[in-house]
Amino acid sequence: MEKVISVSMGEIALKGLNRGYFEDQLTSQIRRAIKDIGYEKIYKEQGKIYIEGEESKFPIMIKRLKKVFGLVHISPCIRVNKDMDQISKAAILAMKEGKTKTDIKTFKVDTNRADKSFPIKSPEVSREIGGLILKEFGDISVDVHNPDIYIYVDIKQNTYIYTEKIKAYGGLPVGTNGKGLLLLSGGIDSPVAGFMMAKRGVDINCVHYHSYPFTSERSEEKVKDLATILSRYTGKIKLFSVNILEIQKEINAKCPEKEMTIISRRFMMRIAEEIAKYNNYNGLITGESLGQVASQTIHGIGVTNDAVNMPVFRPLIGMDKVDIIDISRDIETYETSILPFEDCCTVFLPKHPVTRPRVEDIRKSEETLDVDKLVKEAIENMKIYSIK
Amino acid sequence: MIYLDNCATTKIRQEVLDKMYECMKEDYGNPSSLHRLGLRSEKQIKQSRELIAKYLRVDSGEIFFTSGGTESNNIAIQSIINNSNKKNKHIITTSIEHPSVLNIMKNYEKKGFKVTYLNVDRFGSIDIEELKESICEDTILVSIMHVNNEIGTIQDIGRINKIIKDKNSQTLLHVDGVQSFGKIEFSLKTLGVDTFSFSSHKVYGPKGVGGLYIRKGLNLNPIIFGGNQEKGLRSGTENLHGIIGFGEAVKILNTRHTKEAEYVGQLRKYMLNKIKDSIEDIKINTDIDGNTSPYILNISFRNTRGEVLLHYLEDKDIYVSTSSACSSRGTEKSHVLKSIGLHNKDIEGAIRICFSYENSREDIDYTVAILKDSVEEIRKIMMR
Repeated sequence: MEKVISVSMGEIALKGLNRGYFEDQLTSQIRRAIKDIGYEKIYKEQGKIYIEGEESKFPIMIKRLKKVFGLVHISPCIRVNKDMDQISKAAILAMKEGKTKTDIKTFKVDTNRADKSFPIKSPEVSREIGGLILKEFGDISVDVHNPDIYIYVDIKQNTYIYTEKIKAYGGLPVGTNGKGLLLLSGGIDSPVAGFMMAKRGVDINCVHYHSYPFTSERSEEKVKDLATILSRYTGKIKLFSVNILEIQKEINAKCPEKEMTIISRRFMMRIAEEIAKYNNYNGLITGESLGQVASQTIHGIGVTNDAVNMPVFRPLIGMDKVDIIDISRDIETYETSILPFEDCCTVFLPKHPVTRPRVEDIRKSEETLDVDKLVKEAIENMKIYSIK
Repeated sequence: MIYLDNCATTKIRQEVLDKMYECMKEDYGNPSSLHRLGLRSEKQIKQSRELIAKYLRVDSGEIFFTSGGTESNNIAIQSIINNSNKKNKHIITTSIEHPSVLNIMKNYEKKGFKVTYLNVDRFGSIDIEELKESICEDTILVSIMHVNNEIGTIQDIGRINKIIKDKNSQTLLHVDGVQSFGKIEFSLKTLGVDTFSFSSHKVYGPKGVGGLYIRKGLNLNPIIFGGNQEKGLRSGTENLHGIIGFGEAVKILNTRHTKEAEYVGQLRKYMLNKIKDSIEDIKINTDIDGNTSPYILNISFRNTRGEVLLHYLEDKDIYVSTSSACSSRGTEKSHVLKSIGLHNKDIEGAIRICFSYENSREDIDYTVAILKDSVEEIRKIMMR
């Protein structure tokens, strides 16, 4: 009788011929998440992944595993041989442990016989174990519709007995859906956008823009902190930090004041596209949400988009602020996001930004600037951090 | 590196560091322990207390060690109010105090106390008449800072005390002396204060230690309870190496503080003249010809941003501050500069330069040159 952790894979099961690849990616993501804690073995057995390790480390392992995308449920299990006697003992132990956690009055045994060579059919296994549990514990009864606890019995090569199905985020393993470059500001939205794309399997890297010395070094520190929190979900992140003060100075000197923000945004997109192309990333990711600020009107986003050819993903586009905040609290980026250090100096914020910009007008304003040179210089001076 | 943020904190003196190192390595006994090692520690604390008492020309029994200025302010103010007659509900302070006093006051307002915040004039001095009018029969306490941490104004504590005691002999006076201790000449006994806070790390000593003077005869009850250290006023194992470092820092002050104050006073004048000569459109917020601490110079560079200027200087390894370090993290504008009636645009461009004996004229020359370039650069961007 041994304790292991099982994880079930959601959508991966639907991936047909690619299933093996997805499972391998998931296994490597699991390995990354718990590497430093120390485990003994990770193995696959008929549709689930199992982790062997010291039981005392399970709580911290489970906490980490909850942040691995592609997992649907996590269960601490008891592993025994395909032997009714052992299975019964394990079921009784599982019930005992369950009773120490919550008040249990009713239960149900739920058997899944994946290995059809096992001679006893599922309903009979459930019935037999149910009977033994009733005999062992005098104060509980069976409820097949709404029990306080399920005793799951998975009969495979080994047999696994468990009572908990801890919910994970689902989604797809990071790395199964290409690479994306997230425009990471210090705000609430962009880390959430990165989280949502990572959840769909995108390997996330980040670019951050600042205008030091018009902004504080603390704002860059804050973004590093945010990237570190994100990396708990995504694994290693490359953070490109770009100073765009020279660009802002040029725009400030040569373009209409009301276009300051929108033209800056176009530069950010261009720089991001250059970095993405150079690093073979497949798309850009922003935290834009329609109508949230002046530059995020449908017109503003259209004009911003016009600056690049690469696909731009905006996973928050239809979400309300309150819902974005809920996710940012859940993924633990909120507390850092609301720290006061700004990444854009108010000096460069127009009093009345244009809300219905037209591509032709903005392009015309940009004709006064040496766009390519400004982009090139900004990239030449950028810093790259490796966030783990 | 040119460090001009000496009101936020100072660089520890080498002699102090040596003394502390020795203490941490060899004499680490708990002063409360009964054995010889403990006794040795106790003796060292006694010595530090005596050094500080001697420097302040008070009795060593009147000096209590704390964790710093904030704790000293809290102990003094809260204990005085706890000890007062419960029907008295009035406190007086000024609108330019440090947050460690203002936030205590706000808390008492919530508890139903009435707090009078005295206004200050454009130089940061309180109006003596307003003080006189504000004191009434149920005024428990007047809490006033000696030297303002943002603009350097020195309040006339001696006169303030006389006015308070003439009007209501029961009203006590607490003085936050964190920026005056070791920086300007005064005698606590002549000023006649009841309690006085001071801190080590503002005078080239270690952080995490400070002191509170409590006039003999005034018995205050603790707000922190425990093993009855510091005659029961401030329980908790003594910060031994901190206290020893503090004592050493003050011992050095004894011989040097007059000379150092004179030196930085000249340095301040030198810098101001240089700035006036080379940079236009400025506003001097420190009353240079009036009664101010020579260590502080607050200037607004119009059409710039204090914080941006700070980062421009930091990029050249020069360190100044915008408002006081404790509030500059918030987006709030300095309450002190607001109180002296500065316009928003002048508050925005204000920086605070705080000197130490270590700054040289060459440092100042370089700083002013960088300041001039930075101001011009920022203005070019902001005034298009």
